[in-house]
Amino acid sequence: MRARVTVYPRREILDPQGKAIRDALVRIGFPEVHEVRAGKCFEIELGTEDAEQAGEALAKMCKKLLANTVVEDYEIELLQEEPA
Amino acid sequence: MRCGVVIFPGSNCDHDVYHVLKHVLEQDVLFLWHQDETIKSCELVVLPGGWSYGDYLRGGALAALSPVMAAVKRHAAAGGLVLGVCNGFQVLLEAQLLPGAMRRNARLRFECRDVHLKVERNDLPFTRHYRVGQVIRMPIAHGEGNYEDAAEALDRLEANRQVVFRYVAPDGAPDPEWNFNGSARGIAGVTNAAGNVLGLMPHPERCAEEVLGNTDGLALFRGAVEAAVKPLLAARGGAR
Repeated sequence: MRARVTVYPRREILDPQGKAIRDALVRIGFPEVHEVRAGKCFEIELGTEDAEQAGEALAKMCKKLLANTVVEDYEIELLQEEPA
Repeated sequence: MRCGVVIFPGSNCDHDVYHVLKHVLEQDVLFLWHQDETIKSCELVVLPGGWSYGDYLRGGALAALSPVMAAVKRHAAAGGLVLGVCNGFQVLLEAQLLPGAMRRNARLRFECRDVHLKVERNDLPFTRHYRVGQVIRMPIAHGEGNYEDAAEALDRLEANRQVVFRYVAPDGAPDPEWNFNGSARGIAGVTNAAGNVLGLMPHPERCAEEVLGNTDGLALFRGAVEAAVKPLLAARGGAR
């Protein structure tokens, strides 16, 4: 089973990187961009097909390592395998 | 008194700290490797600055999970002294030995300059040779030193007197212009509730000798070295 984990700065916290990217986007002609939050994305291959088990393990991974929950939120997405 | 300086892959201030402890303060010092399972009876453990694990994932995140950090956590829990400088501070945050987290500097610049710090308390081993309210000068060199935590966590930190150093103007006044990384409430250094673990972004080891033109950082190491034996003995005595 494959999963995608996205980690990004928490909403209530100023994201200096996201703000700089937003300013650059406005500068190159996208004034409609109001906010950018810059985060990270992880694609993870798991040796299990049990979605519940995978979800629990991924949540633990996020709390223990992938995200720093003081300043970051995370989202877990289980990806459908392509039919063979 | 035995001091240990931890080397993670990517540490680059390890020899500076070693030099201050060994040659300036004439202590017994050894290097600890990130894969060591023990801290080899060291009474003071220093996590130096640098780029541990290349800053992969987040500054300090991978170093915090290295084998030596399990031993450092046991040492801290027993009342032993732990000092984290710059990246070492980030490691202490990621290891949850200290509260809070670091973000990119607010102005997105790597800041390499002298800063002025106000000493908030001198009842800690690390700060016993400073005066409360004293303004000292130390260099910083970091891109991610923007200290952050939830507002209520910051209130708790203040109420517990865990803020040890704050970025201030040269006259000691709080001033956002002199808080180069944008840290919440100007926080430059914090301690744990027990006061035996200290993390700070500025580099005391880079201002601990006359030849460097500034000795404001030496008192921090001297205080730690003098006090290191006592809390450990007290903690061991209490356990019996």
